[in-house]
Amino acid sequence: MPNTQHLQDLTTQVRRDILRMVHKVNSGHPGGSLGCTEFLVALYQDIMDRKDTFDMDGIDEDLFFLSNGHISPVFYSVLARSGYFPVDELNTFRLLDSRLQGHPTTHEGLPGIRVASGSLGQGFSVALGAAQAKKLNNDTHLVYSLHGDGELQEGQNWEGIMYASANNIDNLISTIDLNGKQIDGATDDVLPMGSIKAKFEAFGWTVVDIENGNDIDAILKGMAEAKSLTGKGKPVCVLLNTVMGNGVDFMMHTHAWHGKAPNDEQLAIGLVQNAETLGDY
Amino acid sequence: MKTYTNTGNKDTRSGFGAGLTELGQTNENVVALCADLIGSLKMDDFKANHPERFFQVGIAEANMIGLAAGMTIGGKIPFTGTFANFSTGRVYDQIRQSIAYSDKNVKICASHAGLTLGEDGATHQILEDIGLMKMLPGMTVINTCDYNQTKAATIAIAEHNGPVYLRFGRPKVANFTPEDQKFEIGKAVKLTDGNDVTIVATGHLVWEALEAAKTLNERGISAEVINIHTIKPLDDKAILDSVSKTGCIVTAEEHNFLGGLGESVARVLSQHNPAPQEFVATNDTFGESGTPAQLMEKYGLNANAIIKATEKVVKRKN
Repeated sequence: MPNTQHLQDLTTQVRRDILRMVHKVNSGHPGGSLGCTEFLVALYQDIMDRKDTFDMDGIDEDLFFLSNGHISPVFYSVLARSGYFPVDELNTFRLLDSRLQGHPTTHEGLPGIRVASGSLGQGFSVALGAAQAKKLNNDTHLVYSLHGDGELQEGQNWEGIMYASANNIDNLISTIDLNGKQIDGATDDVLPMGSIKAKFEAFGWTVVDIENGNDIDAILKGMAEAKSLTGKGKPVCVLLNTVMGNGVDFMMHTHAWHGKAPNDEQLAIGLVQNAETLGDY
Repeated sequence: MKTYTNTGNKDTRSGFGAGLTELGQTNENVVALCADLIGSLKMDDFKANHPERFFQVGIAEANMIGLAAGMTIGGKIPFTGTFANFSTGRVYDQIRQSIAYSDKNVKICASHAGLTLGEDGATHQILEDIGLMKMLPGMTVINTCDYNQTKAATIAIAEHNGPVYLRFGRPKVANFTPEDQKFEIGKAVKLTDGNDVTIVATGHLVWEALEAAKTLNERGISAEVINIHTIKPLDDKAILDSVSKTGCIVTAEEHNFLGGLGESVARVLSQHNPAPQEFVATNDTFGESGTPAQLMEKYGLNANAIIKATEKVVKRKN
């Protein structure tokens, strides 16, 4: 078992960042952000082969695309703590004249972001295009993407999912955040999608399950398996089973915190549950 | 009055295809995507010559737009091809978020624009696309007038860093601009000198404006015809310089008068030099089935319509 203590510490610190960012402006999306914290920390700190400096074209490095852009708090925190921009800039989240817009954009030139997202369902296509550009450039690095499960209700996803296997795009690992929740409630109540695994398999993808998507060891193991399945003619999908709001007990297992910020008291409780590890911004 | 010779009718979409073929040979970063309309868009040559840089996406335009945005990451210059209707209205949010707001270097190439698509009818005849595209911040909007100009524009936009909407059409129309022209984005082309009226036209209506000018000249009205191939950014100066001399203007386009070239021109004039203006455009309506000539006559988008509008606007002076 690898020593994952630094990833655990960073995860806790990122949780604090998320809570403090959304609390300060009383807006933003903590639920999905907290659910994907372990995954994004592991991705940027361990899994991806990336350069220290940001370049839009991303030649000779792995790329990541966030399709469910509303979980910008976790994305911004992980990017900042991975060195793309000063951690202090997290203070400007959702404020006027900030590079940290409500949803991620390239428009203000924030390093680490390669496409705007937030209007759902567009990330698959963009990630697929970037993966094909890598093939054209004889660049053997991988493209990673993350998508919400509710987001799969958008039809454009399935255009891209169909295209990927038809074109043997095998340098892409797309992860679905299976938290079973969306704004209006459980995905099974809003619009049941049946077996997402069976759907991806029917569309010609190789599917890897990560049953505990909030466990860093499980994530590293599952993603290593996913990586080993690239380059074999088929796109790879990772089904990441997560708990929305993970790490803050009153936010867990509910969609109530999808797009709601904690008040002062709730913030204090959340911070007690996630003690400072690497220093607050 | 300067006159122009039609060197033989040709379709503007073939000009696009020829331009793309040339780009395939000269710019290895150019890639092409098509949503099941290779023959209609005249992309066959590019596909045959550069199969590794050609992407058939199937009937999935939203995915095509996103793929194109993604391919720019890594330095590719994607040209997407489908009908104007499916290039804009069908994928507006994909263009807005993944291309325009993300400032991606994608060239959205749209054929079969407007009524001249003909018999397929209003489901396919978009008359709102210029408006949709010109409202997107950072989007360049071009509507070329003939084969030669479409070919030149196709080549020119590959050198422009930023999103472009290139609009052209289906029918064979007069080919009259120089074969060796240098296409300058945002630079209007004055075709005739005149003193009594300015006629600014875009797309298929440019040749009609020249035909109208000949008749008007015989009737004692001297028309200055300007080809506005770039609707955004608009060549404000060319319009204002001409109207300061002629005192009135007719705008002509194969598009709804709401959201089209005419409204852009009206904005410029109202801000700087209010002058009488008449619109040759469709009047907030859908099209219908028919031959291109029948439709352009019925909806008032030909030389006769431009003549009538001109005689009306000249009378409105003073």
